[in-house]
Amino acid sequence: MKRLSLPSWIPTLAVGLVLFLGVFFARSTGSISAYRYQVFQIALITAISALGLNLIYGFNGQFSLGHIGFYAIGAYGSALITKDYVSGWSGSKAGALSWMMAAQIGVVLALVCIRLLRLDRLQKRITLHTSAYLKPHEARVVSTLPLLAIIAAVLALAVAVTLGLHQVLNQTLSAAMTSLPKEIGKNLVFVLAILNGGTMAALVAYLVGLPLLRLGSDYFGIATLGFAIMIYTALQNSDLVIETMKGARGMVAIPIWTNWSWVMGVFVLLVILLRNLLRSSHGRAIISVREDEIAAQTMGVDVNQLKTLAFAVGGLFAGIGGALYAHLYGFLHPSTFNIIKGFDPLIIIVLGGLGSMTGTVLASVGVVVLIEELRVILPQGFEDWRFVIYPIILLMVMLLRSQGIMGTNEWGWFRAPLPPERDIPIPNRTPRASAATQSEDA
Amino acid sequence: MDILTTSAGGYSSFTPPEERVLDIRGLTKVFGGLRAVSSFTMDVPYHGLYGLIGPNGAGKTTVFNMITGIYALTEGAILFEGQELGDLPPHRITRRGIARTFQNIRLFQNLTVLDNVRIAYHAHAGYNLLEAITRLGRYGRQERELTERAQDFLAVFGLQDRQTELARNLPYGEQRRLEIARALAAHPKLLLLDEPAAGMNPNEVETLMELIRFIHDEFDLTILLIEHQMRVVMGICEWITVMDFGQVIARGTSEQIRNNEDVIVAYLGRAHGREL
Repeated sequence: MKRLSLPSWIPTLAVGLVLFLGVFFARSTGSISAYRYQVFQIALITAISALGLNLIYGFNGQFSLGHIGFYAIGAYGSALITKDYVSGWSGSKAGALSWMMAAQIGVVLALVCIRLLRLDRLQKRITLHTSAYLKPHEARVVSTLPLLAIIAAVLALAVAVTLGLHQVLNQTLSAAMTSLPKEIGKNLVFVLAILNGGTMAALVAYLVGLPLLRLGSDYFGIATLGFAIMIYTALQNSDLVIETMKGARGMVAIPIWTNWSWVMGVFVLLVILLRNLLRSSHGRAIISVREDEIAAQTMGVDVNQLKTLAFAVGGLFAGIGGALYAHLYGFLHPSTFNIIKGFDPLIIIVLGGLGSMTGTVLASVGVVVLIEELRVILPQGFEDWRFVIYPIILLMVMLLRSQGIMGTNEWGWFRAPLPPERDIPIPNRTPRASAATQSEDA
Repeated sequence: MDILTTSAGGYSSFTPPEERVLDIRGLTKVFGGLRAVSSFTMDVPYHGLYGLIGPNGAGKTTVFNMITGIYALTEGAILFEGQELGDLPPHRITRRGIARTFQNIRLFQNLTVLDNVRIAYHAHAGYNLLEAITRLGRYGRQERELTERAQDFLAVFGLQDRQTELARNLPYGEQRRLEIARALAAHPKLLLLDEPAAGMNPNEVETLMELIRFIHDEFDLTILLIEHQMRVVMGICEWITVMDFGQVIARGTSEQIRNNEDVIVAYLGRAHGREL
C-alpha cells in the first residue's frame, strides 16, 4: 500500500472545516432546527470534557470517577462571572471575576511559596538537631510545629495578597469594561469566564490530585468518586454561601452566549493543545506511566509530577467544557452533575478507545447525537426506549470490539508522526562485530 | 590480597573508598517479620564488571530495589559516588546515574521501540511544557536531536529496522536487548542488570554475554549483575559477591568463589557439596 504524500493535517483540517461550515450554514439558512443545533454543540462540549478524561485514564492510566466534579466547577465558576456581568450583582461590575482571579493567584502563590521554602528539608534538619535530646515521636511533633506555623503564615500572606489583588483587579477590569465597546466587553468577559472556569477546575484538580494520586488505580477511582459527591452536595447547598448560585433550586439567568463558533473554536484550540502535548517528550512520559510505573520511574520520569500534570490538564478540559455548557442553556442545576451523569464521559472514552483522541471525538458525537436523535425518531410515548436501545448498542460494541471503536489508533493529524527517514549510520562496532573481533583474537 | 575472600561478619574491602562507585553499608530490609536483607555490605569499584549471585530468595533483587529507590531502606546506607542516596525517589536516583533492567522484562509494551528509548531521554529533553504544546522555541531542534540520538542508539544494538514496531511484538531476545538499550540511553554511570539471562536458551545466553562484555568495553560505565546461572557470572564477572538468606556469605574472584565451601553448600546443600 502506497502512502499518500499529502501532509497528515490537510485531511483533518478539511473534515474540521466541512463540519464547521456545514453546521454553521445549515443553521443560518434554517435547515436544521434550533434543537439539532444545540445537539451538535453539546456533542463537541462532551468531546472536550471526555478528551480530558481520556488524558487522565486512557493515556496516563489513572482511573478517575470524579471528572463530572471538574465539569461542575467550570460550569458554576464561569456562570458566576457572566451572570455578575449581565446583572451587576454586587454593585461593582467585575466583582465575581476579580474575586475569582485574585483567589486563584493567591492559591498559586501560596503553593509556589511552600514549594520554594523546601519544608521537607527544614523538617529533616530540625529532626537531626533535636534527635539527640528527644525521643523519635517527640522529635516528630517538635519538627512539625514550626512547619505548621510557616504554612499558616504563607496562607495568611496569600489571603492578604488575594484581598489586595481583588481591589486592583476590580478597578482595572471595571474601568476596562466601561471603556470598551459593549460587544468587545461582552466577548472579553466570556473568554475570561471560560478561562477562569478551566483554570479553577485545573487548580482544584491539582490540589485534589496531590494527595489522591499516590493511591493505586482502583483506590484512586473511589477517592475521586468521593470528590464528585462532595462537589454535588456542595452545589445543592451552595445558596447558603453564594446566594446567586441558588443551590438545589438551580442557577438561572446565565447569559446564553455559547454558539457553534465558540464551541468549535475552543474545541480546535484544545485539541491542538492536547495533541501537541501527547506528541512531545512530556506526552511520552505521561503514557509511560500508564504502561509501567516502576519502569518509568527507573527511566528518570517523575511519575508523581506527570500524574498531577495529566490530572490538572484533564481538569482544565472538563472545566472549559463545563463553562461552555453553562452558557448553552442558561440554566444550571446540581442534578446535571450527579455521579450517574459522571459515568457518561467514562462510557464515551471506553467506547471510543482508551488512549485515542480520534476515538473519543467520534464516540462523543456518536453517543450524544444517537441519544438525542432517538428522542426525535421514536414514536410518541416511546422516548424512554432510547435508554434500552443505547445500552444494547453499548453492549454490542463492547462484545464485538472490546478495545473500543479506535483502540489506541489515531487518524490523520492525530497520529504520531513517523520518525524522519534518514540513513542511520551503522556504527563500526556493534555487539556482534565486537564478538567477531574477540573470537579472532582468541 | 588474601582478604579477597572473606566470610560474612568481618568485612574488609580491597577498594579504597574514593575508587568505589557504589558503597553499600549494613543494608537491612524487613518486610513485616521477614528479614529479606540483613546487614548487607558490599562495594563496587569504578569500571568493574561485578556479579551478585545467590540461590532463589536470597534477597538479590531486594538489594537492587533498594539501590534504585523502589524500596525504602530499613537500615543502613547506600553511597553512590561518595554521596548517600538516602530516601531519594527513584527518578532522582536515575538522574544521578544509576539505570537498571528487570528480571521480568518491563518494557513499555504498547509503545514503539523508538519511543521506549526516547522516554529515557525525557529528563534531558531540553524543552519545557509551554514549548511542547505551542511547538515554539527549542521544541523542533531538541526533538529532532533527541530522536536522532535514540535512533543511533538503536543502531548500536541492531534494532534500527524495528524502531516503529511496538515493543510487545519483538521476540524475547530483542526485548531483552531493547531493555538494556533503554537503560543505557539514560546515560548511567552504573548499570544494574537483574537476571538478564533468565528464560534464555544456551545460544541466546552466549549472545547476551557478548553483549554485556561489549557494553562494558564501549561505554564508560560500571556493571553490577544479578545472575542465577553460574555459567554467565563465572564467564564474565571480574568480581563476585554471593549472598544467601539476605546476607553476604562470600566475595572474591570467580576462581575463588568456585572453590568456596560456603557457596557450594548454599547452592547444592551439604551432602552433594563436593560435586560442583
